[in-house]
Amino acid sequence: MGATITLDFITHRFRAGGAPTLENIDNRIEAGERVALIGRSGCGKSTLLHMLAGLLLPSEGCVRVNSHQVTKPSAKWNMMFQKPSLYPWMSVQENAALGLLFAGQPKQEASARVSELLDKVGLHDKKDVNVQSLSGGQQQRVALARSLATDPEVLLLDEPFSALDAFTRSALQEDVPAICGARGITMVIVTHDIDEAITMADRVLIMSQNPGRIVSELKVDLPWPRNSSSQEFQTLRNELMQRFRDTDDGLSGRKSQPEPAVRRVV
Amino acid sequence: MSQSTTVSHTHSAPQFPARLGSWLKSAQYPLIGIVVLLALWWFGGWLIANNPDTQAFAAFAPGPTFEALGYLISSGSLWGTIGSSLYRILTGLFWGVVIGVPVGVVIGYFAQAMQVSNLPFQFLRMISPLAWMPIAVLAFETWDAAIIFLIVMASVWPIIFSTAHGVKRIDPNWFKVARNLGASGWQMLHRIIMPAIMMDVMAGIRLAVGVAWVVLVPAEYLGVTSGLGYAINDARDTLEYDTLAAVVIVIGVIGYGLDWVCARLLQRFNWHVE
Repeated sequence: MGATITLDFITHRFRAGGAPTLENIDNRIEAGERVALIGRSGCGKSTLLHMLAGLLLPSEGCVRVNSHQVTKPSAKWNMMFQKPSLYPWMSVQENAALGLLFAGQPKQEASARVSELLDKVGLHDKKDVNVQSLSGGQQQRVALARSLATDPEVLLLDEPFSALDAFTRSALQEDVPAICGARGITMVIVTHDIDEAITMADRVLIMSQNPGRIVSELKVDLPWPRNSSSQEFQTLRNELMQRFRDTDDGLSGRKSQPEPAVRRVV
Repeated sequence: MSQSTTVSHTHSAPQFPARLGSWLKSAQYPLIGIVVLLALWWFGGWLIANNPDTQAFAAFAPGPTFEALGYLISSGSLWGTIGSSLYRILTGLFWGVVIGVPVGVVIGYFAQAMQVSNLPFQFLRMISPLAWMPIAVLAFETWDAAIIFLIVMASVWPIIFSTAHGVKRIDPNWFKVARNLGASGWQMLHRIIMPAIMMDVMAGIRLAVGVAWVVLVPAEYLGVTSGLGYAINDARDTLEYDTLAAVVIVIGVIGYGLDWVCARLLQRFNWHVE
C-alpha cells in the first residue's frame, strides 16, 4: 500500500553557504496519490526527487514517508531513472529480481513474483533473454518490474521515458499510473513535459528556478486513462502553460528579447 | 509429400562433409603458418648439419627433436618436469590474483589511492622480475619459494592495472540503482562490482600468464633441480641438444595451452553482446 510523503521545509545548497538550489519546499503527498513535478532543466526537481529516494540529504528540513524520516535509500521508496541501467551479465528475470535478492528472499519465491510482474509489463516471453538485446522501451519495462518487485510504498520516476520513442512512451505513460493506481502506490514523477504531467498525475506541482520553489499546483481531475485530445485536457494544458509563463523564469523572460525572425529578414 | 521428403534428404546429406569443409577452411591459415615454421626450422637444421663449424649442433633439427620428444613422453620423465613448472606458475598466479585483485579494486574505486600508488607501481612494474632473484634467494628459505615470489612479482602488475581499469569504467548508475534497491556493501561487491569487472580481471590474468611463463624458465635456471628451465639447462650441460629442443617445444605448447585456457575463461566472463 502507498505511503504519505511529507516534505518539511526543505532547503538545499550544494555548497555550504552557497546559493540555495531548493528553498522552503513544503508539501504533502497523500498515500496513493500520483504527483508530477514539472519545471525547467536545472530547477532542482531531480535533486528533490533524489532526496525523496534518500540518495541525497537536504541541507535543511526533512523528508518523511509516513512517519519515518528518509535518511538512506530503501526498497520501500524506489526510484526509476532516466536510463534503465540494467546489469548486462544478468538475464531479464535476474535483473527484475535483484531487489528481492538483496532483501534475502528465497530464489523460488522471488522468481514466481518476478514472473508475474514481467507478465504485467508485457515481457512474459523475454524472461531469459540478455538485456542488451532488448529495445529501450523493453529495458525500461524491466526497470519498472525491478522497481515494483520489492513492493514499494512509493515509486519515484526521474524522467524515465524521455529517451523512448513516442509510441513506447505513450504506452508506458498510460501503464505506470494504472499499475500504481491498482496497487495504491504513491507515485512522484519528475518531468519537463506538460502533456506527460497531465497524462500521469492527479496533481501537478510547478517549480520555479534559482532558487527552486514550488510556486503553483494544479489538480488534474480527469478520468483514466487520460485522453490528450479531449477538450478538458487542452484546457488544463493551456492553464499549465499560462502558470508556467507567470513564473519569473518562464517564457516571459524570453519575450523581452528582440524577435530573432525580424533580424533575419533585415 | 514425397517430393518434400526428397528435398529434405538432399539437404541433410551433405551436412557432415560441409561441416568438415568449413572446419578445414577455418584451419587452413593456421596450418599454413605451422608448415612455414616447420619448413624454416628444417631448413635451419639442414644448414647447421652441412656446415662443418656447426655440425655438432645438428640435433637441433626437427627430426632428432621429435625423436627426443617421443622418448621424453614415452619414458614418462617429462611429466614430473612439467608438474614442477606448473606447480610454481599456478601458485605464483594464485598469489598474484589474491594480492592483485583487491589492490586493483581499491585503486580503481578510490581516486586518491590511484594517485598515491600510480608512481611507485609504475616504477616497480618496470623492474624485471628476474632482478629480484638475489633478494628472493636471501628472503626465502627454499628455491621453490623464491621462484614463486618472482612469478608473483611478474604477474601482480597486469592484474592490478587491469582490475583497476575495470572498476573505473563501471557505470556509476549501476551503483546508484543497486543502492536504491537496498544493496549492502557486501552485496554491492559480490553482485555488482565483481561480475562487472570479471572480464577485466581475466584479461589481466591472461597478460600475467604470458609474462609469468616467460619469467619462469630463466628463474628455473637457478638453484632448483626440477622444472622445464632446469631441463633445458641440464640438456645443455650434457650436450643433449635434441632433448633441449624438445623441451623448448614443450614450453611453447604449454604456454599456448595456458593462454588458450585464459582466452576461453575471458570469453566465458565477457558480458558484452557482439
